[in-house]
Amino acid sequence: MKLTGAQILLECLRLEGVENIFGYPGGAVLDIFDQLFDSQFRVILVRHEQAAVHAADGYARTSGKTGVCLVTSGPGATNTVTGIATAYLDSVPLVIFTGQVPTRLIGNDAFQEADIVGITRPCTKHNYLIKDIKNLARCIKEAFFIAGTGRPGPVLIDLPKDVMGDSVKFEYPEKTNLVNYQPNYQGHRGQIQRMAKLIMKSKKPVFFAGGGIVSSGASSELTKLAEMISAPVTTTLMGIGSFPGTHELNLGMMGMHGTFRANMAVTGCDLLVALGVRFSDRDTGKIDEFAPHAKIIHVDIDPTSISKSVRVDIPIVGDVKDVLKELLKIFKKEEETDWEELHNDWLNQISEWKDTHSLAYDQNDQIKPQYVVEKIYELTKGDAIITTEVGQNQMWASQYYLFKKPRTFLTSGGLGTMGYGLPAAIGAQIAFPKKTVIDIAGDGSIQMNIQELATAVQYNLPVKIAILNNRYLGMVRQWQELFYGKRYSSTKMEVAPDFIKLAEAYGILGLRATKPEEVTSVIKEGLSSSQPVIMEFLVEREEGVYPMVPAGEPINQMLLV
Amino acid sequence: MRHVISVLVENEPGVLSRVSGLFSGRGFNIESLTVAETIDPATSRMTIVTGGDDRILEQITKQLNKLINIIKVNDLTGESFVSREMVLIKVSAEDSTRAEVLRIADIFRGKVVDVSPKSYTIEITGDENKLEAIIDLFKPLKILDIVRTGRVAIPRGKKDVRNNKKNHSRKDNESVL
Repeated sequence: MKLTGAQILLECLRLEGVENIFGYPGGAVLDIFDQLFDSQFRVILVRHEQAAVHAADGYARTSGKTGVCLVTSGPGATNTVTGIATAYLDSVPLVIFTGQVPTRLIGNDAFQEADIVGITRPCTKHNYLIKDIKNLARCIKEAFFIAGTGRPGPVLIDLPKDVMGDSVKFEYPEKTNLVNYQPNYQGHRGQIQRMAKLIMKSKKPVFFAGGGIVSSGASSELTKLAEMISAPVTTTLMGIGSFPGTHELNLGMMGMHGTFRANMAVTGCDLLVALGVRFSDRDTGKIDEFAPHAKIIHVDIDPTSISKSVRVDIPIVGDVKDVLKELLKIFKKEEETDWEELHNDWLNQISEWKDTHSLAYDQNDQIKPQYVVEKIYELTKGDAIITTEVGQNQMWASQYYLFKKPRTFLTSGGLGTMGYGLPAAIGAQIAFPKKTVIDIAGDGSIQMNIQELATAVQYNLPVKIAILNNRYLGMVRQWQELFYGKRYSSTKMEVAPDFIKLAEAYGILGLRATKPEEVTSVIKEGLSSSQPVIMEFLVEREEGVYPMVPAGEPINQMLLV
Repeated sequence: MRHVISVLVENEPGVLSRVSGLFSGRGFNIESLTVAETIDPATSRMTIVTGGDDRILEQITKQLNKLINIIKVNDLTGESFVSREMVLIKVSAEDSTRAEVLRIADIFRGKVVDVSPKSYTIEITGDENKLEAIIDLFKPLKILDIVRTGRVAIPRGKKDVRNNKKNHSRKDNESVL
């Protein structure tokens, strides 16, 4: 039987197990939306296409499934770019369908035409323009395969309107036939042996866990391994949740706003075992003085991550879960090593560093933002899904909320996209309708996608938004305070909406705390509501995020409070 | 150091743009890039001349390998290969210099492909040194215009560019301690 392009698209999505589509209609995708009208799919109508991608991203990060977006041509497509770049840098599996003008008009500067395949080439894992309906099913199959395997990432498919109207006999390929794309999951066995030997010799090891642990589902292997050999673990921002936040071997995050003990441990260690990380500049600080005494083992599924910024002694290309499993097997047979004895001095040294309490703060008569995050942690018992915006709110969330499990902390780590948190929370709530989902936001970044409150209301998604309102673009202000002589150029948010009235305007609950003693009751009331809630906290205006390593400095050169 | 990289790609629209975009986006340098269909019309071969230290070259080959439309990447530098480049040179040829232009062209086995009362256009193929040498000789005689193809290269002997493994994990796994 012949199906139209639009029917084929939906049939492919069904076969890929897609349930939710985050989208926004328009002229070029009318055929598809018409098919969706009485289909089995749940379409979440966002209020801006950027949010469609962030929501699909939040859905993907929490559920581990590939997120799907559908938007129209031209501005609909270009609005997705920030969302796509966000997902690309954080390795999130997405398939984005964009409408396109009919093939005969491509290149004609037609109404709502944009060369979205050209525009997104550098920020997608791959992309397609479907000019012939015969390629449609195959390309969709490939797109899902590419997005979800290897190092995951976004794949875009551009769908000209006439192709959606054409018809052809439908056949969904069972397998892809991509000779040029075969990710290598199994780590080299000889290399893993060498890795094991190096670990056994090390007196001062540190495990350095990144987003790769989360996406490969290797948290339990990492935890087992760290416990088995008594080795401390630090994480990147993207690795938060990959190792229990309350674990005594957890050093906390390292890098620019990392803990004192994590940064000191990495600087002092004799072996750094980097797992699913990419050594971003925010983690390493000054490269020449990064982990100066350490041999470095680097496991990553993406060969380009290895030896990109840091020289590595043992590189292993492979899935970090596979590698850790193999390593556990080796260590299980290895009974002679008394690991605790071997690492005892090192762990003592680390606990001395821990006594520095680099995250201490004084809760005086004004609300401290750190206090708000700590209270949210306490009152949710560490079980919530937390999304963040970008800036101080993001760093405080990463420092003061202790995540028990992977896939519960959603943040734009690589691109640093303000406006990510609310739509990502919406996507997370779609994936986990019963869980508490909280966007920890600033007064600046929440306004970048505030329109999505309507989406939350329309689909009864009880997301909670905690706005740490300091009436500044706080992180930029902090840099201006430290490095630009307190010249607060364009960082005062002098005019902002009354967030409580704004909540009312959207028909949701708005709560405000102006004094420290109100914080707990506001959070309690907010969490007990079954609707979306805005919780606004008027926090101390010029509070800073510490510790801080100035950009380009070695990570043991921290500014402490 | 200068490297010659031979890249086998799918012959599809947008592939050249993916490759050139990769070089510009990551700040890699392209000295020359040539591309044309191979004997199999489904594939094209690019010969890219680029430069950088070992780490940059490692990134270039890895990043190229990461592109889905790329079939094989082969850095020919360090192995035995033949490379050629063609140049078309339009040289001023007044009465007093016409014979000299022809003589130089002859010495380099150049071919005259166009003649006009005031100029010769000469085609020369060779390696870089040869082309540089002839250009230097023509300079005093006044070069009116010059067009170069950029280098193409092929491994010597039986080896062909396709036999190089795409996946770089092996290399990573072997460079140890």
